[in-house]
Amino acid sequence: MIIVRDAYKSFNGNQVLKGLNLEILEGEMFALIGRSGLGKSVLLKHIIGIMKPDTGDIFVDEQNVGSLHGKQLEAMRRKFGYLFQEGALFDSLTVFENVAFPLREKTAMKEPEIKDRVFVELEHMGLKKDAHKYPAELSGGMRKRTSLARAMIMQPSIMLFDEPTTGLDPIIGQSILNYIQLCHRRLGFTGIIVTHDVPRVFTIVQKIAMMDDGRIIINGTYDEIVRQGNPAFQQFLSGSIDGPLHYV
Amino acid sequence: MFISCIRGLGRGALGVLEMLGSYGMFLLTAFFWLFGSPLKFRRVLEQIIFIGVKSTVIVLLTGAFTGMVFALQVFYALSKFGGESLLGPTVALSLIRELGPVVSALMITGRAGSALASEIGIMRITEQIDALEIMAVNPYRYLVVPNVVAAVVSFPLLGAFFSMIGIWGGYLVGVKLLGVSEGTYFGEMSNFVEMKDITMGITKSLSFGLIVSWVCCYKGFFTEFGAKGVGKATTQSVVISSVLILIWDYFITSISL
Ligand SMILES: Nc1ncnc2c1ncn2[C@@H]1O[C@H](COP(=O)(O)OP(=O)(O)OP(=O)(O)O)[C@@H](O)[C@H]1O
Ligand SMILES: [Mg+2]
Repeated sequence: MIIVRDAYKSFNGNQVLKGLNLEILEGEMFALIGRSGLGKSVLLKHIIGIMKPDTGDIFVDEQNVGSLHGKQLEAMRRKFGYLFQEGALFDSLTVFENVAFPLREKTAMKEPEIKDRVFVELEHMGLKKDAHKYPAELSGGMRKRTSLARAMIMQPSIMLFDEPTTGLDPIIGQSILNYIQLCHRRLGFTGIIVTHDVPRVFTIVQKIAMMDDGRIIINGTYDEIVRQGNPAFQQFLSGSIDGPLHYV
Repeated sequence: MFISCIRGLGRGALGVLEMLGSYGMFLLTAFFWLFGSPLKFRRVLEQIIFIGVKSTVIVLLTGAFTGMVFALQVFYALSKFGGESLLGPTVALSLIRELGPVVSALMITGRAGSALASEIGIMRITEQIDALEIMAVNPYRYLVVPNVVAAVVSFPLLGAFFSMIGIWGGYLVGVKLLGVSEGTYFGEMSNFVEMKDITMGITKSLSFGLIVSWVCCYKGFFTEFGAKGVGKATTQSVVISSVLILIWDYFITSISL
């Protein structure tokens, strides 16, 4: 279970989180939507603890993320898989080595076993024949998929996906979403998907939250939100310029 | 006016203290991970290749020419009072005690230190360092420690190469070109060069290795965002490393004489 309580965060005067509250239940798939540049990535980084709120607390499984150190912090980090928006692949390592990295660093697995695991994962991502390439030789979509494979290889219990389908063609995008759903069913992780890929993503999540002006303004299941007929949500879905959300 | 002057001074002094503190903490953290966890030998080896092996050619080249030109100049000076026989020891002592460690360190800083700072800087701005942290891989242990160890190993070796080839360059010029006898060149050299000269050269190289890897890793690690940030980090790391090498060199020479 993830709880964000009253989180405030600003970057030299730019107030990004303004008392944000959010609760995500164990095993839930959660979509986080909202306009560009409003702090969705920042929120994910707070949850995993590489950014700290100015005030407010973040709890993951009853532990305050900001107060952890050493072994406890390491144990907490191991629960997470994180897909960076820009991939954050190690550019001195090949696709294979990138995906194998967490296994090599954090498990006692033998090399043949690692090889099998990595190739199974790469197969799912359609990257098997690119295993020897370096990130600089990949297309944007391939980079994203490599990064996704690296995030999932440790089979974490909490997955944070920062725009898993952005920059992919619609077909690969759909297959990635299907794969995430498949993994969720198989592994039962708690998942947060930050995405602009609406309405497609709604088919694989249980709940949706929408962020605006540093807070969560809408939170609920798809049916609930549609029943409420929230104008901001409808505007976001239709991509209309007129409505309660406007350009900043 | 007066008050604002004092205020400015105070702020400047605080800034410097803060910076020194942050450099110090960085090194302490690196030491903590160096002694507190098993060393990653593969990474160290990779970085020895990156910092050391790949700098060999440039170090040998500069070493040879430094030795050659130095022999020319010294021969000219010595011949004013008929002291040509001291060419060997003068060249050797200067190279081993001073030029070897310092010039090779400056060359490695230009080639490898800058690359190190920009590589780590790029890892910072593309979130690769965050990725390490998220995977619970300590970036100090994975990035900083191997570089510091590699530099501390590579600098003395390259410094020694520099001195050796420099002495050989001096031999070419002094013996083959200017006619000093081979026996005098090497004979006088072994009379005058003592163990403590060699120790001093090695001590200098070791400390330069530490300084350069420290500054360059620090600058890369705390790069400001954007390509501009990386450029700035790279330039500054070379400038700061070079200046520190020269200052520290004077300091260590003066206390050990
Ligand atoms: N490290 C940082 N330093 C300073 N400001 C930052 C930093 N990270 C994010 N910001 C600021 O926080 C705000 C939110 O950024 P964030 O990346 O979270 O947006 P986002 O909602 O993920 O947008 P997008 O959908 O485009 O990815 C932006 O105004 C950005 O400038
Ligand atoms: Mg984002």
